[in-house]
Amino acid sequence: MRKHIGAGVALLATAALLAGCSSGTGGEAEPTEAAPIDGAGQTLTVWVDENRMPAVEAAAATFEEETGATVELVQKNFDDIRNDFIAQVPTGDGPDITVGAHDWLGALVAAGVVNTIDLGDTASQFEQVALDAMTYDGQLYALPYSLETIALIQNVDLVGEEAPATWDDMIQAGLDSGAERPFVINTAGQTGDGYTMYGFQTSFGAPVFVQDESGSYTSEVGMGGEAGEAFATWLGENGEKGTGYISTTVDYAINNELFATGKAPFTVQGPWAIADLTAQGVEVAVNPIPSAGGEDAAPFVGVQGFYLSSQSANTLLANEFLVNYIGTEDAQRALYEADPRIPAWSDLADEVASDPIIAGFLASSKTGVPMPSIPEMGSVWDYWNAAEVQIISGADPVSTWNTMIDELTAALEG
Amino acid sequence: MSVQEAGSAVAPPDDEKPRATGESHARRWNGIGWGFIVKLILVALVNALGIAIIISAFRVESWVILGGMVIILIAVDWVYFSKRALPMKYLLPGLIFLFTFQIFIFGYTAYIAFTNYGTGHAGSQEQAVDAALIQGERRVEGSPTYPLTVVERGLGELGFAINDDGVVKVGSELEPLEVVGEMTAGAPTDVPGWTIVDRSRLLSDQELQQTVIDLRVAVSEDPNDGSIRTRDGSSGAVYQSTLVWDEAAQTITDTSTGTVYHATDTGSFTADDGSSLPTGWFVSVGFDNFVKIFTDPRLAEPLLIVAAWTFAFAILSVLVPFGLGLLFALVFNDPRVRGRKVLRTLFILPYAFPVFLSALVFRGMFNAEFGVVNELFFFGANINWLGDPWLARFAVLFVNVWLSFPYWFLVCTGALQAIPSDALEAAEIDGAGRFRRFRSIILPLLLVSTAPLAISSFAVGFNNFTVIYLFNNGGPSIPGAPYALGYTDILISAIYDISGVSGGAADFGLASALAIVVFIVVGVIAAISFRQTRRLEEFQ
Repeated sequence: MRKHIGAGVALLATAALLAGCSSGTGGEAEPTEAAPIDGAGQTLTVWVDENRMPAVEAAAATFEEETGATVELVQKNFDDIRNDFIAQVPTGDGPDITVGAHDWLGALVAAGVVNTIDLGDTASQFEQVALDAMTYDGQLYALPYSLETIALIQNVDLVGEEAPATWDDMIQAGLDSGAERPFVINTAGQTGDGYTMYGFQTSFGAPVFVQDESGSYTSEVGMGGEAGEAFATWLGENGEKGTGYISTTVDYAINNELFATGKAPFTVQGPWAIADLTAQGVEVAVNPIPSAGGEDAAPFVGVQGFYLSSQSANTLLANEFLVNYIGTEDAQRALYEADPRIPAWSDLADEVASDPIIAGFLASSKTGVPMPSIPEMGSVWDYWNAAEVQIISGADPVSTWNTMIDELTAALEG
Repeated sequence: MSVQEAGSAVAPPDDEKPRATGESHARRWNGIGWGFIVKLILVALVNALGIAIIISAFRVESWVILGGMVIILIAVDWVYFSKRALPMKYLLPGLIFLFTFQIFIFGYTAYIAFTNYGTGHAGSQEQAVDAALIQGERRVEGSPTYPLTVVERGLGELGFAINDDGVVKVGSELEPLEVVGEMTAGAPTDVPGWTIVDRSRLLSDQELQQTVIDLRVAVSEDPNDGSIRTRDGSSGAVYQSTLVWDEAAQTITDTSTGTVYHATDTGSFTADDGSSLPTGWFVSVGFDNFVKIFTDPRLAEPLLIVAAWTFAFAILSVLVPFGLGLLFALVFNDPRVRGRKVLRTLFILPYAFPVFLSALVFRGMFNAEFGVVNELFFFGANINWLGDPWLARFAVLFVNVWLSFPYWFLVCTGALQAIPSDALEAAEIDGAGRFRRFRSIILPLLLVSTAPLAISSFAVGFNNFTVIYLFNNGGPSIPGAPYALGYTDILISAIYDISGVSGGAADFGLASALAIVVFIVVGVIAAISFRQTRRLEEFQ
């Protein structure tokens, strides 16, 4: 597990130092900057999704003005980018730069469609977890810009602002509040949602893949054995044949509806759901996920950033745009304003943490782990989600879980 | 002048027998060849468009599109300027569309079905080598970022000049770095013996950019010290590559560990110990994908469940709504029913709702805990409609019947009204009862017009992705199935899961192979059924 708190303090200090001498650094680089760059006649194609369009547009406008190059922004559905990028880069039709999520990295590396990037001195400006997430086998592949994670969200009127330390404390507080259900969590209906459940799973010490000393994920499945069985047993106990707190009848919309109408005082959700959760005027507090199995609950941290195509015909120009125009505090601020997620730019993250909701998610991300980006992860979801749903629906927890581990291991080897 | 000549050449009938009696006035028209001019303009436009496509295809080196376009253009010009291709003049546009939108796509799917295209096998071998070299080159730990200038001398010999803490060093591909002067800060601005390539030129010339990106300037005579490279043209750092590509031997060697990765037939670089490089390329794998569908037990078993359910779902999705629609059509065709128009309109309502909406609404209604189905019809019992394989199948079938019976109601109502009433009257006079009349006259006549619709409806049901995906996403899942296959998945939604478009590990080769199998099944069934339908027509 990565220790972000120490790194955060160190970064803060570095950031303060850098902020103090930022004019000095700028002065040093000036001789090269001063020479007017002429990229006239060159076109950079950048794929962005709807949310990030305005911010990238702003950075692109400055770039176009200063270099004379053209930046063609192509708006894509975020969910389509991964597959389209893999399919189109090898044919030569792909973009020079695309926005993307860090957990695609393994697939992108396996497809050979991304280039490494070098942030140079700028690297120190980013949160370490963001850089780690964008690093694959020791190489940095993207410029990160935002972090996101899930956290415990509670109804302040029913259970106050204080974070419950354990699952049992939380359930007790939920029961005491007199709400219809003490707790509600999304299982994506019958599909299963290992992502949302992961914080509870890691609190039993059962990570999806084993991490090596450097923190990189290996392809060894880590959620088997006693720890995994303990989690499965706990899941069964709280499933439909047990207490019923976790149920396959709850999907994203129902989860948010139950919380928003005050029928459940606690839920685990991401920042993207806040608007739905508070739609009916519920006042919320955001805290780290409580531990169910004794260890720290470590949810997945997702990082988003900008990838550089390995087949770009304009690599120099694309690097220039990425590092010197997107990798600046102004551009990062614009990205934050266009689509408010926890910034990967440390200074900015500290600045926006004045908002208690963001601060809650930031706190949750500090105990979190990057979602594995190795290609093997793509095979995990199907088995994992299905097993969780079967256990919640009442299948024997330990045998279902162990069967899943065996099948998954076989699938990864074969 | 030539235009008129040519015009008369294409339209000889106009000139030769302008006054033929009894001919339609359209053919007798004796103009100056306006038709030809219009044709000339239209064909010129098609040619212009085609040449534009050919030029851009040439630019992106897309030879298939270029070749196809050349063939199409030659065909168009020949057909429309030749006297001997009259029928083709009518057929050609349709043929071109058939070729591009049907045969090409099918052919391409078939091609993919024989490859291993998917996660880890996305590009060519050349690209895989590129990717491996990119992935194998690392910045030397502790290497500072040097301000850098791209320089050149002689006939395009490029080099890098860096400022190493006040010392200017310069080198090229052939010569390692050497000290040439001193300066204070920033990138070198004056390098004796070299001209500086200014950044504007660098950035506006793609070829030069690529050369600079590929340029490695050794730090010293010892290759293990690494070499300088740049990514933005204004700064550089020391990198070291550990992988070496040997094209003749088709191997990549890791110089730091001595491991040799061989190119294999399956499209990856694999070492003797079984480890392989992450990036592979796609190759033809013959019938492997088809064999896998039928022989890999982990895949074949769930697919068998899926295939059986697909047939059941498609057949029931035709028979049940057809029966229901026919029943209501018969009832509401009886003049004794009052308010028929209003009732008929109400019946058609489900057909008017978008499927996307209905399927989602029904999913909510069938929810075991919050759904109205359990609440209203089963007194709040906790019936797990979406979680039990058989109940889920029943529920999705129910939704599909609800969505499609109005269609059959409409079709049957129309067909009923087209049945000649004298035949029915004659039968009545002959003493045929209600049921006899229905069985011997109404149903056979009705089937003549509805059977082809039923066959196409079967094909739709066979591939009814929307309802399955939106209602329950194919759930509940089959334990142990690779890819998220579920008990209500039909083949088309299974293909979707396998293709990995939804985010898992993609296997386009396998998905295409499955798509071909589905195509063959549907095609054979449709062919047999249409043959059977012809027999019905004999009845008429």
